[in-house]
Amino acid sequence: MKTIYLDNNATTKVADEVLEAMLPYFTQLYGNPSSMHTFGGQVGQSIRTAREKIAAFLGALPDEIVFTSCGTESDNAAIRSALLTRPDRKHIIISRVEHPAIRALCSSLNTQGYKITELPVDKNGLLDLENLEKSLTPDTAIVSLMWGNNETGVIFPVEAAAKMAHEKGVLFHTDAVQAVGKIPIDMKNNVIDMLSVSGHKLHAPKGIGVLYVRRGTKYSPFLIGGHQEKERRGGTENSAGIIGLGRACELAARNMAKENNEIRRLRDKLEQELLKKIPQCRVNGDKNHRLPNTTNISFEYVEGEAILLLMNELGICASSGSACTSGSLQPSHVLRAMGVPFTMAHGSIRFSLSIYNTEDEIDFVIERMPPIIERLREMSPFWNQTCKTQ
Amino acid sequence: MWEYTDKVKEHFLNPRNVGEIDNPDGVAEVGSLACGDALKLTFKLDENKRIKDAKFKTFGCASAIASSSALTEMIKGMTVDEALKVSNQDIAQFLGGLPDEKMHCSVMGKQALEKAIENYRGAKPLEAGAKIICECFGVTDKEIERAISENHLTTVEDVTNYTKAGGGCGLCQDAIFQILEKVKAEPKAEMKPRLTNLQKIRMIEETIDKEIRPSLKQDGGDIEIIDIIGDRVLVATRGACATCKAADITLKHFVEHRLKELVSPEITVEEAAK
Repeated sequence: MKTIYLDNNATTKVADEVLEAMLPYFTQLYGNPSSMHTFGGQVGQSIRTAREKIAAFLGALPDEIVFTSCGTESDNAAIRSALLTRPDRKHIIISRVEHPAIRALCSSLNTQGYKITELPVDKNGLLDLENLEKSLTPDTAIVSLMWGNNETGVIFPVEAAAKMAHEKGVLFHTDAVQAVGKIPIDMKNNVIDMLSVSGHKLHAPKGIGVLYVRRGTKYSPFLIGGHQEKERRGGTENSAGIIGLGRACELAARNMAKENNEIRRLRDKLEQELLKKIPQCRVNGDKNHRLPNTTNISFEYVEGEAILLLMNELGICASSGSACTSGSLQPSHVLRAMGVPFTMAHGSIRFSLSIYNTEDEIDFVIERMPPIIERLREMSPFWNQTCKTQ
Repeated sequence: MWEYTDKVKEHFLNPRNVGEIDNPDGVAEVGSLACGDALKLTFKLDENKRIKDAKFKTFGCASAIASSSALTEMIKGMTVDEALKVSNQDIAQFLGGLPDEKMHCSVMGKQALEKAIENYRGAKPLEAGAKIICECFGVTDKEIERAISENHLTTVEDVTNYTKAGGGCGLCQDAIFQILEKVKAEPKAEMKPRLTNLQKIRMIEETIDKEIRPSLKQDGGDIEIIDIIGDRVLVATRGACATCKAADITLKHFVEHRLKELVSPEITVEEAAK
C-alpha cells in the first residue's frame, strides 16, 4: 500500500539531497569539530558553512545561530535565558494556543512563582494585539508567541508584537518551528530577539534545532558544558544534523515559491472539495492568515481517532487534535481556545502538505474521505436525528 | 499511535451489530458529545427471556466502537441477570485487552448495559444517593467507587483513564483522591459531594473571564457577576450589552449555554434587577 503523507506539521521526510549531504559525516568525516587535528577541524569548517547557509535563509548573521537538539530545547532555552538575564522580572506572556513546549514549561514556571498571562484568540484563532499591549507590565520578562500554529496553521503578527514588546522594554521570542520554510522570514526586517527552529519540520532530520539569538541580546545558556556555540550551548555538535539543516535551508529557499503557490493550490483544492462533498464540516482557523500547507477540518458528530484509523487503512496519514489521540480526554487546547463547539472539536483532522505531495494523492484523498465520514456517521447515535431536523 | 490488539482493530474495522432495534425491550444512552464518546444500546429478548438481539450506535474512538461491538456480541444469548454480571474487565478481556488510557471505553459499555437493563426492568435510571463528582463529564461518586474497587485503581490518573472523571477541568481531582483514600480505608463509607459552592463559583468566574468576556468585549459589551445563588448566576450587563435589545438572547444563548457546557448543566443565567 502506498503511503500518502499529509502529516508534515508532525514531521517531514528527510530530503534526498539532505541525506546525501549528511552521509559523509557519519562514517568518514566523523571527527570532533573542536579537535586540534585537521581531521576534526575540517568538520568545523563544514559547520561554519552550514551556519552561514542557515543564517542567510533567515536573514540573520551567522553568530546569531545557536544549534540545539530540537524546537523544544530552543523554546526552553529562550524562555529560561530571558528569566535568568532579567532576574527581577517574574511575568511571562504567551498565548492560549502555544505548543506544549511553551505551555508546559510555563505551567511549570508558574509553580515556581512566575506569573503567566495567556492571551486569548478569537473564533478564527487570531490574536488581538490590543490584549498584548494591555498585558505588558514593568514586571514582564518575555513575550513568547508562535509564528504559525501547528494545529490550524494560523499565523500570528509576531513582527508587530515584537515591536510592541520592545516599546515596553520586554524581550520577544517566537516559536517559528512551523513557519520556517513555509513562509518567508527575514530577521533583518524585524526586532524579534529570539526565534526557535526545528530541523525535521523542513526536511532536515530529527534531532537538530536552532535558537536564533539577536546580536546584543543577553543570553544565558540552557545546557552548560563545553565552549561550543560560543559558550551558548554545551555539547558536541551534531555535525551531520547541522550539515543536513544547512542543506535543507538551501532547498527551502529554492522551494519557497513552490510552497506558496503549488502547495497552497493543492491544500485549497483538498479543503474546498472536502467541504463541498461532505455535509456539516468546517475549516478551523482564519483562511487569510494561514500557513500555505495546513488545513484543519472538523467533521461534525464523528470522532477524530476513528477517522484517522480508517484513513490509516488506506495509507493516508494525517493528525487529529481531538481527545483520544492525545491520551488526554479533552479536545485540543487550540480548538477549545477558539471556542470550537464540542460537536465539532472532537472530529477535527489536520492535513498538512509538503512539496512531495502530488495532485494524484490529493485527488485520492478527496475521493476516499467522504465514505469514511459517512461510515462513521452511520454508526454515530447523534447523526440521524440531526439530519432529520436539518 | 495506540497499541491496539488485532481483535480491537478487527471489531473497529468490522463492527458487529451496528444500528438500533425497533421496539426494543431495553434501551440506554450514555456519554455525550461533550465527553468525546457516547453509546446508544438497544436489545430485544426472546420468548425464554434471553437476549435475542443487541445493537449499538457509538460516537467515539476506535476502542469505543470495538468495545460496543464486543459488548453486543457477548450478551447475545444471555439472560439479563447473566448480562448484568458482564464487567468492563470482561469486555476488555474479550478484546484481548485495552490500553489503560482507553479502559473508560469498556466502562461506557458496562454503563450502557446496566442502564438498558434498568430501562427494561423499569427501574430508575440513576442510582439513589449518587452525586456528581466530575462536573465536566457527569461522573458520580458511585461510579468512581465502583471503578476503583472493581479495577483496583490506586491513582487519580487511573480513575481518569477508567471513568474520565477528572479529565476535564481537573477541579475534581482532589475529590477523586479523597474517594480513593476512602475506598482504601473503609469501602462502605458514604461520600460527601466534593464540588463545593466555592469551587463552583470559581469555575463560573473563570469561565466568564476566559470563555465569555473576550467575545462580548469584541462587540463592546461586558457583563459583571452580581451574585451566585446555588445554580443561579445573576449578572449585570455593561457597555454595549446594557443598551442592546438582544442582550437577553446573548445571556441565554451564549452566556448560559457556555456555562452549562463548561461548568454544570444546572446553571441558569439571569439579569439582576437594574
